[in-house]
Amino acid sequence: MAASTTPAIKGRPLGRAQSFQQRLRAGDDLAYIVTLAAAAAVLAVTALLVYELYVHSALSRHKFGWSFLVTQTWDPVAEQFGALPFIYGTVVTSVLALLIGIPLGVGAAIFLAELAPPGISSGLTFLIELLAAVPSVIFGLLGVFVLIPILHKLEDPIRSVLGWTPLFQGPFYGVSMLSAGVVLSLMIIPFIISISREVILAVPSDQREAALALGATRWESTWDVVVPYAYKGITGSIFLSLARALGETMAVTMVIGNDPKIVTSLFAPGYSIAAIIANEFAEAPGEMYTSALIELGLVLFALTIVINGAARLLVAGTSAKEGT
Amino acid sequence: MAGRAMSFHVIRRKTVNAVMLSLTGLCTFIAAGTLLYILGYLFVHGGKNLSWDFFTKLPAPVGETGGGMANAILGSAKLLLLATAIGVPIGFLGGVYLAEFGGNTFAYVVRYVTDLLNGVPSIVIGIFAYTLIVLPQKHFSTMAGGFALSIMMIPIAIRSSEEFLRAVPLALREGAMALGASKSKAIWTVVIPAAKNGIMTGIMLNLARVAGETAPLIFTSLGNRFWSPGWEQPTASLPVMIYTYALGPYEDWHQQAWAAGFVLLTLVLAVNICARLILSRQAHVPR
Amino acid sequence: MPPVSVNMPEEIRPTGAAASKLSTTNLNFHYGTFQALHGISMQVYTNRVTAFIGPSGCGKSTFLRTLNRMNETVRHSRVEGEILLDGEDIFNLDVSEVRRRVGMVFQKSNPFPKSIFENVAYGPRINGYANRAALRDRVEQSLRRAALWDEVKDKLQQSAYSLSGGQQQRLCIARALAVNPEVLLLDEPCSALDPIATAKIEDLIFQLKNSCTIVIVTHNMQQAARVADFTGFFLMGRLIEFDNTAKIFKNPSMRETEDYVTGRFG
Repeated sequence: MAASTTPAIKGRPLGRAQSFQQRLRAGDDLAYIVTLAAAAAVLAVTALLVYELYVHSALSRHKFGWSFLVTQTWDPVAEQFGALPFIYGTVVTSVLALLIGIPLGVGAAIFLAELAPPGISSGLTFLIELLAAVPSVIFGLLGVFVLIPILHKLEDPIRSVLGWTPLFQGPFYGVSMLSAGVVLSLMIIPFIISISREVILAVPSDQREAALALGATRWESTWDVVVPYAYKGITGSIFLSLARALGETMAVTMVIGNDPKIVTSLFAPGYSIAAIIANEFAEAPGEMYTSALIELGLVLFALTIVINGAARLLVAGTSAKEGT
Repeated sequence: MAGRAMSFHVIRRKTVNAVMLSLTGLCTFIAAGTLLYILGYLFVHGGKNLSWDFFTKLPAPVGETGGGMANAILGSAKLLLLATAIGVPIGFLGGVYLAEFGGNTFAYVVRYVTDLLNGVPSIVIGIFAYTLIVLPQKHFSTMAGGFALSIMMIPIAIRSSEEFLRAVPLALREGAMALGASKSKAIWTVVIPAAKNGIMTGIMLNLARVAGETAPLIFTSLGNRFWSPGWEQPTASLPVMIYTYALGPYEDWHQQAWAAGFVLLTLVLAVNICARLILSRQAHVPR
Repeated sequence: MPPVSVNMPEEIRPTGAAASKLSTTNLNFHYGTFQALHGISMQVYTNRVTAFIGPSGCGKSTFLRTLNRMNETVRHSRVEGEILLDGEDIFNLDVSEVRRRVGMVFQKSNPFPKSIFENVAYGPRINGYANRAALRDRVEQSLRRAALWDEVKDKLQQSAYSLSGGQQQRLCIARALAVNPEVLLLDEPCSALDPIATAKIEDLIFQLKNSCTIVIVTHNMQQAARVADFTGFFLMGRLIEFDNTAKIFKNPSMRETEDYVTGRFG
């Protein structure tokens, strides 16, 4: 036996000398494989989801092609389906939600991040972040029993001020795009506030100090310097909220009125993509109908992907937490 | 040179300052107040309709008053159990992969797809579960509903697990490995226990979110006015009952919807507050 | 510790009623329960450069920030004592007005994410300058005073971040000058800059003191010796000695001062 300069050490030999069983017992490979499988499962599930949506909407896609996106008719009897009324309703309610939500949300975020004393700020932030946890169906519940009666009371004042615009014409039955828009705005405000507030807090304090040292008031330093610095992140939060609003189902279904027509007035009932799927899917008569509904789902899926993608590009650039 | 008297210009700026402070404060109070109002309303209208019957009886036949939502409560519990059993392991293990073995292109793709899946509207996930399970089986089932909910849990479980695992300092891992632990042993015995608070709260928050989801259940687990033993039958669930009863024509149903809403909201908020308290206390632990 | 006596040789002190621009009397400053400044009494003279020196943590920057009430941005802070600007108590004046008259340049340059022009124009704008021509003139004048005009006159619309570190700091000086302050507080303005950029700013200080009163905090004793007319030595929140720069460095009265300027500690 050749003389060895190293003492005989029991235990794992180095490098490739380790046998397969030894490596397996060590557990590293097993851990790697198992966790890798879990990560890959996510990819598989998502791919499967896209596949299923695509395949099961085939009937409808082949029949209507791209015109599906611009046709207004929704006639189950004649089996003529078009997505336009639902795209319209989805977009209108979401935009209305943003119009209400952005000023309220960004205003509150500015207050919480810049202007409020810290004790009040953290308490209120806590309450607002809890609002984000309230389930959609509960917003719908309150939409039906609280918001709609309130809007009924406000109908005359609104009409007297804004009744001359095409937005507020026609009869008001409570369930309407207006109600859906307002409920949606309450649902997205916590997200706008939460993300915007973090982005504003992340603005380096020397920016504020530079403005204050020039004699700016607190508001001027916030509005002229801090908010523009945080602009990208705030816009990202708005996009994320838009994506949420587009896909929101229950609260909208309960208050929108479920009428697949395109009408300019916000007082009129409408329909959103998520709402019709929720209402009709379980009892859809016939394969073509189901296929059309699934194609609607595909459209919604595509919409939210695009907007979420844009949002992440904006938020990732500014948030300190994001990392790859 | 300015003397004691402020110029008009300065007064105007001071006024703008004060006005904007009030306006933004008003926005904040509206937002915070909404939550309190919702809670208060459900407490008043829902709380008074709560009774022992609510938790123990089945729904009364349509048109009759009385009855309860015992089957819906049990149904929700079963759905969440199934969702957790599928979603949490996959999510957690996926998070472990990203935190411990990530850094390559595959991990980047997984993160991207996870975010994608997270952004998919819940109704579309319902469609997915429908085509995958309901269609081949030709009937609605608890299993389909649980599966749909598990898909919703996965992205959040991955992201939160990864975040909390990453937050464990490198020094801890290296310390374990320097003592001879293999990488997987270090992960299992040191890193995961160090992150366990965060991971537990992550699961809690995930559950709370999914517990309130209605859309994916509407055409997977559907609903049921009776008990639904096993996993192959459609089942009632709390959120779907709220939805059905709220839109129904009976005043008694509306009352029950409020009661159910109150129960659901209380549970969801309780879990949320609990999770946040645990997290905030952890942040104060000196390292 | 007994109250500090401040030596001011009669023949050097400027005469005239407006000689003292800023003065503090018995100034105490507290962060929460910690007292950072103890009984500081001193004067800053018009159109002179006054420097504060001392080891890290001695309170010189804290004191500087009380002079334009920037300390108020720190929560749980408390000021006691009197600070007079041209004889008026600055706590009775509107804080925005105080900060317009007493400008500040920070240790690390902090230009806004705007163009070079907009950075300098910010101060005048919020003070009511809306006329485009007047604004342009004011921006040019300020950039000239900061010795930056020639380097940026062709790229005023470019982002401020396209400038080098030294240029950004001079931009911040121009920005502060744009509101025509009577006093300019410089908080270690050269600590992040290379020697060439530092020299440019020191030249700037010489020129500016004719139109402005300058107070500079520096950890670099040689810099104080180069630019300052008067120097104050701070130690552990107290003003140990305040005198002509030459006296402080060549023949200090207090033992601690001598130890510091000869490098025995700090």
